[in-house]
Amino acid sequence: MQGSNSKAFPASARAALDDAVLQSALHNLKSGFPVRRAEVVADLPEFEALRDAGRDIKDHTLANLDAYLELYEERVTASGGQVHWARTAAEACDIVMRICNDAGARTVTKGKSMVAEEIGLNERLDASGIRRVETDLGEYIVQLRGETPSHIIVPAVHVTRQEIGATFREAHDGLDPDRSLDDPRAITDEARERLRADFFAAEVGITGANFLIAESGSSVIVTNEGNGDLTQTLARVHVVVASIEKLVPTAEDAMAILRLLARSATGQEASVYTTVSTGPRRPGDPDGPEAYHVVLVDNGRSALIGTGFQDMLRCIRCAACMNHCPVYGAVGGHAYGWVYPGPMGAVLTPSLIGIDHSSHLPNASTFCGRCEQVCPMRIPLTRMMRNYRAVAHERGLGSRRARLALTLWVLVASRPVLYRWAARAGAAALRVLAFGRGRLRRLPLAAGWTATRDLPTPEAGGTFMSRYRRGQQR
Amino acid sequence: MSTARAEILAGIRKALRRGPLAAAEQAALEDRIRRHDRHIIPERVNRSTGELVELFLAKAGEVATTLEEVDDNAGVAGAIAGYLARENLPARLVAAPAVREFGVDWDTVPTLEVRTGSANRDDGVAVTVGMAGIAETGTLLLVSGADTPTSLNFVPPHGIVLLRRGDIVGSWEDGWDLVRRSPLPRVVNFVTGPSRTGDIEQKIQIGVHGPVRLHVILVG
Repeated sequence: MQGSNSKAFPASARAALDDAVLQSALHNLKSGFPVRRAEVVADLPEFEALRDAGRDIKDHTLANLDAYLELYEERVTASGGQVHWARTAAEACDIVMRICNDAGARTVTKGKSMVAEEIGLNERLDASGIRRVETDLGEYIVQLRGETPSHIIVPAVHVTRQEIGATFREAHDGLDPDRSLDDPRAITDEARERLRADFFAAEVGITGANFLIAESGSSVIVTNEGNGDLTQTLARVHVVVASIEKLVPTAEDAMAILRLLARSATGQEASVYTTVSTGPRRPGDPDGPEAYHVVLVDNGRSALIGTGFQDMLRCIRCAACMNHCPVYGAVGGHAYGWVYPGPMGAVLTPSLIGIDHSSHLPNASTFCGRCEQVCPMRIPLTRMMRNYRAVAHERGLGSRRARLALTLWVLVASRPVLYRWAARAGAAALRVLAFGRGRLRRLPLAAGWTATRDLPTPEAGGTFMSRYRRGQQR
Repeated sequence: MSTARAEILAGIRKALRRGPLAAAEQAALEDRIRRHDRHIIPERVNRSTGELVELFLAKAGEVATTLEEVDDNAGVAGAIAGYLARENLPARLVAAPAVREFGVDWDTVPTLEVRTGSANRDDGVAVTVGMAGIAETGTLLLVSGADTPTSLNFVPPHGIVLLRRGDIVGSWEDGWDLVRRSPLPRVVNFVTGPSRTGDIEQKIQIGVHGPVRLHVILVG
């Protein structure tokens, strides 16, 4: 798959663990979002019931997705907008490029959109010579640094403020080179000042969508900075790029899920701006875009419907799973090698680009289950990662050593007599090795485990099965 | 293009192991849309009108919206002038045409320079009118239209919103019911505080691309 580096996960993860700057940036994440999320969830007694409602709304929509998409299209058209259908990433980019060219675009402003990253729209725009301006502060930082986002809602989470200051000093000419950029306030003010002109200059503004509403043919964006709204209000042409599973039937359906989204994402009760947009500027409207386009992207999603991975299409991209994931917290987003990191990425990436290109990702989990505990849409992330591990094994992916170990394990675990004998022998051997101290500081073949902790050894008195038998006889 | 549309829809139907929906099933979906049933509404909005105003003020305050109350239309112009003076801002603003519904007499503040219309790049202060205040989260409901340009909600660094006390409702759905009374406007903005970001080391900064300050004048 073009642009994917997921195959390098083990090496990238090792490098990330040794990156002191990254580790300090990730530390901020772990102490911030999970705490704030827990506070606002505790303030809403209905949260658990809303999770059920959110799951049911998306399941209902997916079971009728064809019909709702047709209704949605009909209503976009009725409001003066235009819907474009894209089977693949390339098709979606072609459509956006055509709209930009027809509009004579020289500058394009962009709100944050993960699906735009997924389809490689940034590269296409840059190759065409159109000036692309990312307007979300995190995306803007990442763009100036020539990087990709490492988190789906805080794209520059891996960058420290000192690095951002240096990046701004280099990129923003015409300013006092000795100005202070030490604190987040100064950096934010400079970005605000710098992007003002671009919002007004852009011929085309591109945004994603958090929801599409079939009832009215509307797109909904949820932001905190106001950049998405400036992007879609001030440009002559507004292009919404959205994947097909963003659809919900009604505004009430969207509102139920909105109560989950902001709390799960940033620990806010509501994001600052939730904007429902329907079609282009109306007669008498003093502002707003003259044209409104929606590019509906499939790119492998319809093929997930009816499979064991359909539940992934409920994902609302809140990032709670990665904010609570010990593996993401240790290695950051770039190690995952493609657009979507963390537990949701470990499932979505194989679903979209194929397990052959991403067989390491389902292994990037301790199966502690925190991701599932916090997923507002109740997506069974660990079950799906486990299923992908099975698929990867069946296809002969993964290292020879791991496959050999698994084959041996199956050989033993599926033969009760052999397994019990091996368990007895293993327990006895560990006890002998421990010289009665009850723990081992080193164990051959398990140095990775014992490097940072002791291994407790089994107590005397036999295995579970032998004790169970003795109990039955009494 | 139409090929892509047909193929995507066919692909979904194949995955769902069925053809296009039967007429009765299609009608059921359209009926679900027509009913637009509510899901769970937070208990916190089940309270009297007076208490909803209290909740709105508290919740808006939590998200760094500043608030001031005036008794009637006559107090609005003075409140705006007072805000500009307190913030050390030039006596200049751009106002939504809808502000006239509040009968604001700009002549009572002769030094104030008022332009009516949508926002320009160098406007410093906007005054517009909210359709409703949502107590659940301290959110303002703003709609686009000839009299309420959307750019006023986002371009100037200082946003002042006039809101009638009687227009404070409980839940987001209560707000949307007000929107449903007329044809859906091009844009409906739910605004919960001034713009903010946590993109730099997750340290919250108030005031990014949207307004740096959001001030509500509650009338009545």
